[in-house]
Amino acid sequence: MIATVHTHMQPLTIIPVVKDHARISAIGSRSFLLEAPGEFDLPAQRRIWALSQTLKGWTDLVEIIPGMTNLLAIFKQTPEDPAEVIDRLSEAWDAARSIDLAGKTIEIPVHYGGQYATDLPALCDLSGLADREVVRIHHEAIYRVFALGSAPGFGYLHGLDPRIYMPRKTVPSLKMEKGCVTIGGMQTGVAMLTGPNGWNSIGFADLQMFDPQSLTPAMMAPGDIVRFLPARIEL
Amino acid sequence: MIEILETGPFNTVQDLGRPGYRDIGVSASGAMDSLAVRIGNSLVGNDEGAAALEIQTFPFRLRFTERTGFAIAGTDGNPVLDGIELPAWCAFTAEAGQILELRQPPKLARAYVCVAGGVDVPSVMGSRSTSLRGGFGGYAGRPLVKGDQIIAGAASTNIPLPASGLAVVEPSIVLQDVFPSSPDGTLLIRALPAGEHGLFADDGKAFWDQTWRISSRSDRTGYRLSGDAIVPTETVEMRSHGVVPGVIQVPPGGEPIVQMSDANTAGGYPKIAGVIECDLWRLGQARIGSRVQFVRSSHAEARAVEKAVERYIADLRQTIPMVKRALKAMA
Repeated sequence: MIATVHTHMQPLTIIPVVKDHARISAIGSRSFLLEAPGEFDLPAQRRIWALSQTLKGWTDLVEIIPGMTNLLAIFKQTPEDPAEVIDRLSEAWDAARSIDLAGKTIEIPVHYGGQYATDLPALCDLSGLADREVVRIHHEAIYRVFALGSAPGFGYLHGLDPRIYMPRKTVPSLKMEKGCVTIGGMQTGVAMLTGPNGWNSIGFADLQMFDPQSLTPAMMAPGDIVRFLPARIEL
Repeated sequence: MIEILETGPFNTVQDLGRPGYRDIGVSASGAMDSLAVRIGNSLVGNDEGAAALEIQTFPFRLRFTERTGFAIAGTDGNPVLDGIELPAWCAFTAEAGQILELRQPPKLARAYVCVAGGVDVPSVMGSRSTSLRGGFGGYAGRPLVKGDQIIAGAASTNIPLPASGLAVVEPSIVLQDVFPSSPDGTLLIRALPAGEHGLFADDGKAFWDQTWRISSRSDRTGYRLSGDAIVPTETVEMRSHGVVPGVIQVPPGGEPIVQMSDANTAGGYPKIAGVIECDLWRLGQARIGSRVQFVRSSHAEARAVEKAVERYIADLRQTIPMVKRALKAMA
């Protein structure tokens, strides 16, 4: 089921995203995905954070998963009236005002280049930039954690310079090491698990960022500021 | 205590999962057939969410080192205790030294060993389920291997199991009115259209009309479906968003993937549909190589099935202690 804000839709009709209208669709019978309209940017994400705060007060929800300018709401039970849920989510999105999360600053020492930077040459080819330049652009930027997901503690970082955007691989690397500093499209992040990975590696960070035994297992949280420090550059 | 004598790969400790941490990237995990775990636990007097052994590669053998109440649920095959075949969906008491053997189920994929008191492994982030990808939870964060020694928790009930055992009529029979079946044995799984359904031609006809085969590249993370590839009419660049088990994604190759219990927490492939939650346990029992067809459902239907399943469980949880007490009084 798909709907946009303000509009009662015929069930199962896809409506393209129009200005300021969020798109709401079902995953199974208990989950609803709300996608913000417009650009992939900080203002949209701030509204998602605000929506997430609002939804924490809904007692019929069991889980809220903020994504990249979107949010998945999981209900305890299949709702009796999905149209009512869509209306409620739409109204909450309408009412959501941009908030900024007071995040901490995390500094991550990175070994740029070297044996784990398997995709640095390809990124140089794609961008037309020298490797030293790619590395400088990457570590000089200031990143925000937009959301966590995909692997325990993995933070999707926003703020990558468009000059070093690089599409995800169509065929993932079969075994990328935990700690690889990677670029996936317009996002960057540090691999949390060793395994198949479609992002492009340009360096390595040896930092423990997830501990299942801790009361706060993930080091990163949405809203945090991340800086990459060039601990070593090996080109 | 229970000692593992023989096991194949990827048999793990699972309970009803670790929901609530997807927002930090932690998969919920949990039993592929959660209904079997709830029933098996109810039979042995546990909370329905106690941890159990999920057995998906066979043969599997264990030895009880002390007197232990146990039930085997989920499988359509009969367990064997010291060489004697017992019915499944039935709770018994094993004596110290007895050996339990589970063989490949005739049609289904998974068997659950529930023990009175539950499998006692440390709870990590609110669950005893094994997170294979994260390497934590369950038994040392890994699949079971020969020689592992598993402790059963303190049994929460003082009503003994009847000496002759105590069985339930399995859910696929009791609930046959709410779960569809097909004459040729194809598994019918109900689903709702998801966000990118409209990108597939003719209202997703090619997806809904064909019978898919569960490919050998399927596991607890997801089932890959083989069949005639389905391709969206346009390529969309998706932003990563939260996903749940049951989501049916269509990667560029056109062969859908159904995310299962160890589902990734986020995804970005176009999604054509999502399995209704109350049918997930049936998919969790589907074997590699078996055939499945997706049937378009509605929230109303999903809610009705969900309620029927909850009534069945509530009825079991009320009836089982009553029967045990009555049999104890007669004994």
